[in-house]
Amino acid sequence: MAGRSAAIIGRIAQAVPVIIGVVVISFILTRALPGDPAVQFAGLAATPESIEQVRVKLGLDKPMPEQFLIYVGQLAHGDLGQSIATGRPVAEELASRLPASLELTLVALVLSCIIAIPLGVLAATRQGTWVDQLCRILVTAGVSLPTFFTGLVLIYVFYYLLGWAPSPLGRLDFVFIEPDRVTGFYLIDAALAGDWETWTGALKQLILPAITLALFTLAPIARMTRASMLSALSADYVRTAKAAGLGSRQVLFTYAFRNALLPVVTTLGMVFSFVLGANVLVEKVFAWPGIGSYAVEALVASDYAAVQGFVLTMALLFVVLNLIIDLAYSTIDPRFGTGAR
Amino acid sequence: MATVLDAPTASAQPPKMAQPAAVKSGALAHTLYVLRENPVTALSFGMFAFFIASAVIGPYVVPYDPLATNSAMSLKPPSLAHWFGTDNLGRDVFSRVIVATRLDLIISVAAVALSFVIGSFIGAISGYRGGWLDTVMNRGLDIIMAFPLFVLAMGIVAALGNSVANIIYATAIINIPFYARLVRAEVNIRREAGFTQAAKIAGNSDARVLAFHIFPNALPPMMVQVSLNLGWAILNAAGLSFIGLGVRPPTPEWGIMVAEGANYIVSGEWWLAVFPGLWLMLAVFTFNLMGDGLRDIVDPRRRT
Amino acid sequence: MSFSRRDFLKTSGVLLGALPFARAIPASAAPRDTMVAVISQTINSLDLHRVGTNRASYQIAVNCYDRLLTFGSKTLPSGELSYDYNKLEPELAESWTVSEDGKVLTFKLKKNAVFFDGTPVTAHDVKWSFDRSVSVGGFPTTQMKAGGFERPDQFKALDDETFQITLDRPSKLALPDLAVPVPFVINSKLAKQHATAEDPWATEYLHKNTIGSGAYKVARWDNGQQVVLERNDKWVGGPLPAVRRVIVREVPSAATSRALIERGDVQVAFEIPDKDAAELASKLKVYSTPIENCLHVLCLNTKFEPFRDDNVRKAVAYAVPYEAIFKTAAFERGAPMWGGTGTVDSIAWPQKSPYDTNLEKAKELLAKSGFPNGFETTLSIATDLSAWMEPTALLIQEALAKIGIKTTIEKIPGANWRTASLVEKRLPLHLENFGGWLNTPDYYFFWAYQAGHLFNSSNYDNPEVNKLVDETLHMSMDDPEYAPKIRRVIEIIFNEIPRIPLWQPALNVALNGAEGYEFWFHRQLDLRTMKLTEG
Repeated sequence: MAGRSAAIIGRIAQAVPVIIGVVVISFILTRALPGDPAVQFAGLAATPESIEQVRVKLGLDKPMPEQFLIYVGQLAHGDLGQSIATGRPVAEELASRLPASLELTLVALVLSCIIAIPLGVLAATRQGTWVDQLCRILVTAGVSLPTFFTGLVLIYVFYYLLGWAPSPLGRLDFVFIEPDRVTGFYLIDAALAGDWETWTGALKQLILPAITLALFTLAPIARMTRASMLSALSADYVRTAKAAGLGSRQVLFTYAFRNALLPVVTTLGMVFSFVLGANVLVEKVFAWPGIGSYAVEALVASDYAAVQGFVLTMALLFVVLNLIIDLAYSTIDPRFGTGAR
Repeated sequence: MATVLDAPTASAQPPKMAQPAAVKSGALAHTLYVLRENPVTALSFGMFAFFIASAVIGPYVVPYDPLATNSAMSLKPPSLAHWFGTDNLGRDVFSRVIVATRLDLIISVAAVALSFVIGSFIGAISGYRGGWLDTVMNRGLDIIMAFPLFVLAMGIVAALGNSVANIIYATAIINIPFYARLVRAEVNIRREAGFTQAAKIAGNSDARVLAFHIFPNALPPMMVQVSLNLGWAILNAAGLSFIGLGVRPPTPEWGIMVAEGANYIVSGEWWLAVFPGLWLMLAVFTFNLMGDGLRDIVDPRRRT
Repeated sequence: MSFSRRDFLKTSGVLLGALPFARAIPASAAPRDTMVAVISQTINSLDLHRVGTNRASYQIAVNCYDRLLTFGSKTLPSGELSYDYNKLEPELAESWTVSEDGKVLTFKLKKNAVFFDGTPVTAHDVKWSFDRSVSVGGFPTTQMKAGGFERPDQFKALDDETFQITLDRPSKLALPDLAVPVPFVINSKLAKQHATAEDPWATEYLHKNTIGSGAYKVARWDNGQQVVLERNDKWVGGPLPAVRRVIVREVPSAATSRALIERGDVQVAFEIPDKDAAELASKLKVYSTPIENCLHVLCLNTKFEPFRDDNVRKAVAYAVPYEAIFKTAAFERGAPMWGGTGTVDSIAWPQKSPYDTNLEKAKELLAKSGFPNGFETTLSIATDLSAWMEPTALLIQEALAKIGIKTTIEKIPGANWRTASLVEKRLPLHLENFGGWLNTPDYYFFWAYQAGHLFNSSNYDNPEVNKLVDETLHMSMDDPEYAPKIRRVIEIIFNEIPRIPLWQPALNVALNGAEGYEFWFHRQLDLRTMKLTEG
């Protein structure tokens, strides 16, 4: 359909200024960070001369606009630059760390959905009763705690006191060898290699951090499920179905629930991109080698290229995610995308 | 975080008729009705009153000076003398938790008020004027939204320095798009509506129509947003503290107390993190629960 | 790292089953020969010479490379093992001679020393490696300079086994400076194969590969997570280490590290906070070695008005609550550095300052100063170091308030701290820490008290101190003039007190299932002496 592909191209065109804006702002923001990377990276007993040597080496002696042009030039070649702290190309590093964050986030979201969606449906069908109130209190409690606090409490109870959870040492215990890298997702890679011991090991490591994140995402998903279920249940087609004498269970699942899922999916998209950015704190607690912890380290050390690369990657992810959601929406819902946006 | 998520619900609601200054006479009765109908909301209002009271009179009634150290009394568990125990410098945790209420409420209220005002302004103009202005402002908001929000807040605080004011600015900036979007959507729907035209014909200026006839319609969904954001602002400050970008010591603040206390959990000094954590959680909890209640009170459609 | 899963399985063989904590396998079923150590910082490079390499990465240079010389070891009064600054021992060098005038150092290399790939270690490798360290700039070059090594033309390979250094002037710091981690010896043949026109020193290659002759080689490096080291059985630098495999794992959260070591899932927790060290001491083997030539100090910047006044500085020094700080911030780890006798009769450094907490005296001194009614100022601390700086700053803030000095505490994050405190030296009142690798008082004074030098964040400038430090820096410690000059410096800096010593910090290491830990001035974990124990 010509109209649709035009709409898609239009959406992509809209994303272009956003990406440009992100590039400019992240460049300015990193330069506005106090502190001098040349001093930071010149090491312990730096002398003014050695600091100057480092500055020249990093290209920081050039005027700001020139630095920006160099940066943009590199970007045009798909080069995100080199992190000073780790001495590796930022792109390579993000590529190796992104799967860790994505895996954690996805597992957390799946877990969250398994709990939150039934809770939301339950709350909607029993609107106003104590069940509804209890659900509301439960999910709100989850979102009311700082994630790093929940994480540490979980470690204390389930690892330190009870010894049920494996040591909070990142993605795999020492006993296991990282599976051959195909996707970077340990669960998938281990399954592909048929190495179920490693698979179980990776899953065990995921449990505590995933619960920590899931607790935090229960509320939005459950609330959205409840709200859209409520509006679906009061919609005409459901009333008609009920009046036609269909069983309430059937009405609930075939008509109301399926229709209510659409806004929930949108919500999931937003929760996903948000949680990916908010991973920062959980990753620190669980020594998780994801991009969040990378970004914090880089920010604290004024590692310009790394911060810019991270922000740009996240922005691209966000844009792509929104694009997918929009496209999914327009495919499902024919009324959409005809110029409303 | 939850901030992102209630926006669609709100804007998904069918457009409602404007109710300029309608909630007046029956307001009290209606509020009481909502509270009676919904005990959880009543509870949240009660807790809110408690927090306001702590913020106002707390500093005058706490048993100890929240800043006074006493190295002989460091890391003592809760007792009759120190209800919440003492911290690593021997300061009374209970006094610190109570005194911190004021600062935490200031941070969250100021941040939310800032983003509310700026967001509403941008959203209203953008929605009312439309055209290129709308497009430019929208792209601007898109850029902010495209940043990983917590990292943006970190970057701003790191760049500007970690003072209370900068934490407020950072929190406000990352929340602006949500308000702007909400208001823009509501305004956009109504700028051609009959009552708007009527108000214009009656000789009202654009600004007046916008402020008194169109904007009030956006308030109910924004109420939810406001209460969620109040809670989230506190969590945001706590997260910043955890990575060392919180308010200056020795100022008591829940987030910094939890962040610092969290490191003492494994060594068994649980009271350092648990009590401020509990207060923080109750506050966020209160704000979140109040959101729905507030909407019910403000939203005339919910009256039965 | 070209280390495939297959290789890994092959080389580890039986080992894999013997790795610790395989919960499925009974721990007693196989000999334990893998040790796990946790560190809080990240290892960001395998090459110490690279620009941007952080401190935690130095342990790679220590364990995977050899130097010509190393220090011997001694047992401290506490029973802990420590390196011995006064005992130089051979590592790659078999023997060495110093010329009559002290300017020419000649080293004979061990004949059987080989690099990991089997090629013999020659004097040409040493020459290339030394050239590299004085040419790459940054920290390695500065550190080499401290020993008097500044230019490639000072280094000569006389033949395959003989290496010669010519100094511009004799210095007592020259030989010890060869035993610090910096002048490590690289397989130059292999390195040159990876050198390019833009990268003549093969920094790209050495960043990710260890090509030395040291006791361990890096089997695997997962950046940001862990380094896996395997013993080099061909090592000739010293007695073969007992542990075959070491996993150095990075755990940023101190609380998590503590849980791990307490539960025995790791054998070594390196550089743990003072509080954990104090509390774990009753349960585990904990080493808290006061760090040689290192002090936590309160700096008063003499460029800023109130602190230009001698009486103000002294008043502050008498107001500091030393005892409370040592208890609550240091948990009594390390050594107290206050309440000395007031007469300087030794050249030991650090030594106790003559100051003690005495608020009456502090008030008196402030009344005599140009600021009798007190003043307001900012007390700056580093976010990264807030573990000790924050409680210390809070106690100082409270104490200073009692004599009328009102302070605001300012926390400065990571990258900005060094710029503000050391480079721009613009913090009026701040906490600081400096430790010298080379353990002589003059070396400390050179960095921390001589005008213009990096760690002199107080902007202290006393002509007599400047002169005395210049005179003593390269002077032999046996020289009869040395001790009186050093004592004079100590007298002056205690009297003028631009840096108020608080305490000498400790390096804390907890062991659970391992032994043989030795303290080193470089504050890195030396794996070569470590052993595993049962249970």
